[in-house]
Amino acid sequence: MSDSPIAVEPHGPELHGPELHGPELRHHFADVEQQRDAASLGMWLFLATEIMFFGGMFCAYLVYRYWHFHEFAAGSRSLDIYLGTINTAVLICSSLTVALGVRAAQMGKQKLLVVYLLLTLVFGLAFLGIKGKEWYDKYKEHHIPGASFNADDIVKEYPQIPINQQSEQTYFSLYFAMTGLHALHMVIGVGLFSVIAYLAMKGRYNSHYYTPVENAGLYWHFVDIVWIYLFPLLYLIDRKPLK
Amino acid sequence: MSERILSSKLYIGIWATLMCLTVITAAVSFIDLGPFNTVVALVIATVKASLVILFFMHVKYTHERMTKVVIVAAFFFLLLLLALSMADYTTRFLA
Amino acid sequence: MATATLTQERENYLNQSYGIKSWLLTTDHKRIALLYLVSITFFFFIGGFFALLIRLELLTPAGDLVLADTYNKLFSMHGQVMIFFFLIPSIPAVLGNFLVPLMIGAKDLAFPRINLLSWYLYIIAGLTYIHCMLTGGVDTGWTFYTPFSTAFSNTKVIEAGLAIFVAGFSSILTGLNFVVTIHRMRAPGMTWTRLPLFIWAHYATSIIQLLGTPVLAVTLVLVVLERALHLGIFDPARGGDPLLFQHLFWFYSHPAVYIMILPAMGVVTEIVPCFSRKRIFGYKFVAMSSIAIAVFGFLVWAHHMFVAGISLYSALIFSMLSYMVAVPSAIKVFNWTATMYKGSISFSTPMLYAFGFIGLFTMGGLTGLFLACLGIDPHVHDTYFVIAHFHYIMVGGAVMGYLGGMHFWWPKISGRMYPEGWGRLAALIVFVGFNLTFFPQFVLGYLGMPRRYWDYSHSPEFQVLNVLSTAGASVLGVGYVLPMVYFLWSMRYGKPASDNPWNAAGLEWQTTSPPPTFNFEETPMVNFEAYDYEHIPEPEVAVER
Repeated sequence: MSDSPIAVEPHGPELHGPELHGPELRHHFADVEQQRDAASLGMWLFLATEIMFFGGMFCAYLVYRYWHFHEFAAGSRSLDIYLGTINTAVLICSSLTVALGVRAAQMGKQKLLVVYLLLTLVFGLAFLGIKGKEWYDKYKEHHIPGASFNADDIVKEYPQIPINQQSEQTYFSLYFAMTGLHALHMVIGVGLFSVIAYLAMKGRYNSHYYTPVENAGLYWHFVDIVWIYLFPLLYLIDRKPLK
Repeated sequence: MSERILSSKLYIGIWATLMCLTVITAAVSFIDLGPFNTVVALVIATVKASLVILFFMHVKYTHERMTKVVIVAAFFFLLLLLALSMADYTTRFLA
Repeated sequence: MATATLTQERENYLNQSYGIKSWLLTTDHKRIALLYLVSITFFFFIGGFFALLIRLELLTPAGDLVLADTYNKLFSMHGQVMIFFFLIPSIPAVLGNFLVPLMIGAKDLAFPRINLLSWYLYIIAGLTYIHCMLTGGVDTGWTFYTPFSTAFSNTKVIEAGLAIFVAGFSSILTGLNFVVTIHRMRAPGMTWTRLPLFIWAHYATSIIQLLGTPVLAVTLVLVVLERALHLGIFDPARGGDPLLFQHLFWFYSHPAVYIMILPAMGVVTEIVPCFSRKRIFGYKFVAMSSIAIAVFGFLVWAHHMFVAGISLYSALIFSMLSYMVAVPSAIKVFNWTATMYKGSISFSTPMLYAFGFIGLFTMGGLTGLFLACLGIDPHVHDTYFVIAHFHYIMVGGAVMGYLGGMHFWWPKISGRMYPEGWGRLAALIVFVGFNLTFFPQFVLGYLGMPRRYWDYSHSPEFQVLNVLSTAGASVLGVGYVLPMVYFLWSMRYGKPASDNPWNAAGLEWQTTSPPPTFNFEETPMVNFEAYDYEHIPEPEVAVER
């Protein structure tokens, strides 16, 4: 159990050499296992901070959805549910390729690892492309908050829903803030995986050492989970047929 | 975290489940369930997130107790933020 | 235990390598601690300078020293510099960085390069904030309340917000490093219940840093977006709620005060047993109370918003929770006192600071209960009563804990003893100056003097107390400058320190002063309890009586 004090005596500097452990062992650790466990715990703690980071925006969302449900419902209807669903599917596919990539690393299959990492990048870029298209649509429809915001089209399309145009902006502010922050994390993920893929091609990872692949994978899955919640909260607020 | 190597069949099975749940959640949103639309959507989202956490992120197979502690703690504190904030907003305009 | 030799002879972390690159690219936690020491001291002076100008302005009822807008900037930047660039890093980044690996018997923190990154993020944040100060500053109050900060202020809100955002990540990474280190890097035999309580305190602090700071970060992002892109999230005209900002802001900023006080409590818990020659009373209660403070601290934030417009029902809940959070802090005070009972007390400089901490923190904490009371708060909210309350805790508490810790561990850090006579004198001057500065402010607040007012000519009767307060601030300033002078002096002329000049318990005292780069010649094996003072003889000449 790595949460108890270390049981092994760390070797002094005169005893170590690359033949006793991989070159990746950092000297303040006693052994590779302690290093890996530390990296894993560190990554999960970082993800916990990310949960709280996005959480602040989820709090704003919750408050304003409670206050302005109709505006949120109408705003949600104005999003393209097909693009949203496809994007969700794209991210789920990318999570699969990440998981299979980590598995390939575990089995020492270097080429397969590179393939899965590149596939992940493809899915990630596809997601960002579709997101960009959705934002562009919002721009064309004057749904970007600010001076040029105009929700007349929403009001006209859903006469059954009592909408205050001023409050409608709040929905779109949160839409852009939340999907924007998520997209930023996707971009960072794409950058991260580009580096990992490059290093994988260089033969950096093997079945004894693939911690960066694993931890980058955790990050990617986390970003996927954020979207798993964003999708119903932004796109599916109220789609039932109106009378 | 790197103890067991899971079969690719398992990963593909989880993937397929996630895809189905995605389609289901989108489809169900068109059915009028009243206030339960939100509940169903969030339940499905939570099931999907749990599958990703348990299988793709290997949490089901880890020997590390701290991993689960960290995840639970983060969601718990997020829940505190949401719940206590809503304690204000839901009681503000009571007559 | 190795016998003391002159530090010049033996290789240690200070003389192991020379040159600016060996410092700026170091991954040694001890050197990084010193990098932080220099940086936070610099910002302490900047924050102190703003305080000086504030106190000078308040010498007379009329606003005659600076313009009203300038005064707004002074108190805003005093608060932000002192909180984000001095207090929050202070003990964790200096003493924590230095001592956590030593106290648990490790060679370094879990992630030494991330530790260095933490410092660089702090420096980037600090430089950004300095640029902000020099190009217009910020006048929103340290709290950035909306809608003033998002829609009306003409000052550098975005730049200040971004600087604090980056500083927040420095804080998060420090907390992350500590948690992983404490979990994974303890020496053989160092079980959880053998850990020094300084470690428990830093563990609790790190939990807060990890879970709270991200919420501040995202809130600042929202403010920046609102201000730059006019989104309308906090704009009532567009369906927004200014109070939402306050909820999100205080969700972090209240636990932040526990980030500032818990490490100081950890320091006091190390000092008191040593200078009472007695083990800490109630180890488990002290350890658990640290965790309880960290958790409960997240439940009370809206007590800053009682008169802001939240519902009465939520105010009731938060008031009750605020009373409960005082309990674990009180438990610590009982335990320190019980430790001293029938102990062999010596009035060394660290112990003087610890005494000061216990008394002043108690006063600050009790006045916090006054503020938690819904009947009292509306009368003293936004008055000098609140200012006095938090300065008693943050200055009378946290800063005294920091100074006590610096004196206690100075021999270990530098290999030199500071001059004990000067140390005691400075501690006394700090104590007198502090009370003279801030006690009158309790009275002023109770009498109704509002905070953040540049001009109080409507109530010239406040002047006497303000003059006393300013006089106290001058004395306090002297008390702060003295240690800086004699610490620097001691690095050249101080008596060389032995490994354990205080005969204190703790693994850090079982290696040389200063320690070698990898901390211990051999990994220590721990089979003893944390505060085993029954079996440690009193020091012979360390503390003159």
